[in-house]
Amino acid sequence: MSTSTPVLEVRNIVKYFGTVIALNDISLRLMPGEVLCLLGDNGAGKSTLIKTLSGVHKPDEGEYLVEGKQVSFDSPRDALAHGIATVYQDLAMIPLMSVARNFFLGSEPTRGWGIFKRFDVARASQIAREELNKMGIDIRDADQPVGTLSGGERQSVAIARAVHFGAKVLILDEPTSALGVKQAGVVLRYIARARAQGVAVIFITHNPHHAYPIGDKFVILKRGRIMGTYTKAELPRDEMIRMMSGGEELDALEHELREFAGK
Amino acid sequence: MQAANTTTPDERVRREGGLRRLLRRPEMGAVGGALLVWLFFAIVAGDSGFLTLRGAATYLEVAAQLGILAVAVSLLMIAGEFDLSIGSTIGACGMIMALLAVDLGWNLWAAIGASLVFALLVGAINGILVVRTKLPSFIITLASLFVIRGLTIGITRLATGRTQLGGIDETLGFDSASAFFASALRIVDPASSRGASAEFPISVLWWLLIAGLATYVLLRTRPGNWIFGIGGDENAARNVGVPVDRIKIALFMTTAVAAWLVATITVIEARGADVLRGEQREFFAIIATVIGGTLLTGGYGSAIGAVFGALIVGMVQQGIVFAGVDADWFQVFLGAMLIIAVLVNNFIRRRASQAK
Repeated sequence: MSTSTPVLEVRNIVKYFGTVIALNDISLRLMPGEVLCLLGDNGAGKSTLIKTLSGVHKPDEGEYLVEGKQVSFDSPRDALAHGIATVYQDLAMIPLMSVARNFFLGSEPTRGWGIFKRFDVARASQIAREELNKMGIDIRDADQPVGTLSGGERQSVAIARAVHFGAKVLILDEPTSALGVKQAGVVLRYIARARAQGVAVIFITHNPHHAYPIGDKFVILKRGRIMGTYTKAELPRDEMIRMMSGGEELDALEHELREFAGK
Repeated sequence: MQAANTTTPDERVRREGGLRRLLRRPEMGAVGGALLVWLFFAIVAGDSGFLTLRGAATYLEVAAQLGILAVAVSLLMIAGEFDLSIGSTIGACGMIMALLAVDLGWNLWAAIGASLVFALLVGAINGILVVRTKLPSFIITLASLFVIRGLTIGITRLATGRTQLGGIDETLGFDSASAFFASALRIVDPASSRGASAEFPISVLWWLLIAGLATYVLLRTRPGNWIFGIGGDENAARNVGVPVDRIKIALFMTTAVAAWLVATITVIEARGADVLRGEQREFFAIIATVIGGTLLTGGYGSAIGAVFGALIVGMVQQGIVFAGVDADWFQVFLGAMLIIAVLVNNFIRRRASQAK
């Protein structure tokens, strides 16, 4: 794989829901080890775009390429097989199951063969701990239920799992939105670690203070269209904050409020 | 750094006392409950036979038949589904054996085999309906409860004009089948000076065998991990590649096979079949499972818990007879125990999963 091939690319994607044009002419390129921040207000089409990328929806028009090869996903499972892993906000983690059992759900390591093939619990715990360590997540005990972890730790386990099972692209749907300042920092650090391992990340967030430090590229989505794609150098922090929080609309609102209160 | 981390335990892992570690197991409530119930009847009915070997044999027989069902039900319930049709399946399987062996003169083993095929079919249909229609299994199996019971009564009456069939002991193959499903182990009571002995039914062995198998599957195989995953979050499990539909159908077939085994045991023990046999067994099995610490909504539980749940129900059912209380009161005890068990289990689970 040459370094000039994007790991994920979509060209002119269009998605309809009945008469509604949910996505219109969306094009994205994502290189390995790149963090792309997807920004936009509610209803901008962020969720639809993620779901299209992760195999939940099929685009009505346009091309979808993974490592330069055209693909068409029938299910999230299908996308996962191509290395596109999505970590949703409402975590795909089962609180009453242990960290190790969650980590390996669906891909359990086994020993023995035939009818004596069994789930290698000890190895699962060990690998889970090692992998989490590699990501800088210091889990106390891989046999403790996921329910005993904090929100940030759970997100981190989900990210570590995706990386361990060979994700090339990680789609993170608002992983920091429900977290406190410190925990969000923890998750951002893991995103940086994943990037350092060559994983490309699509990071969806409402929070410019989370997006700016980690992002390499910023895509602003509005009413189903891409309003602009910027590299970090092209987009000063203040400008990005302005664009994310609604830009001109906020100016107009401020003006209106001043009129209302003032005179 | 990694090597060090995997060999030396994290310094933040408080060395858990053995007790606390044990409390994390879902079945601990039921084990403690069984001990309490045993102590209670040992005090109340100790001198009227509860403590003798024969006393143990009577409650173990009840517990064994219920336990076979409860263990299968616990697997299904951990996966988040219900099976209300097992009681009817017991009646139907028993009647199929009796009709084929007594009325049509089949070898009893062939009749047992045919009713096993029927049970597998019932389980598969229940499972496929649940998976395809996405209706709650409560509704699907409530429907099959009535359909199967109705068919059993209707067809039996049409074919024979009766609702009970005897004469199983005169069929071909009865002796060997009896050895397999309904023999008894005579154990001499070492505490008795006159050499008193008690007969333990072989169904107790079946019960323990099935419980061991179910525990192994749950804790040490991939499908076991999938069962927990499906019950915890079906969509999450599906997204990571767990064959949710296949596992669910297999679990419905498992509960139906457990019903078939109980049917076989009772038909041979009673030497006949009754269209109403197995009534309410589905509720008893669910009660034993819930007492055993399995979460009604799935994702948490154990087969060992179901074993102790069944043991508790068996001890209470027979214990109140030993205590001289009218057996009519059994259901009152059972209902009250169910509530207490759920409250205790909730408390234990909350403590276990909030260990921060």
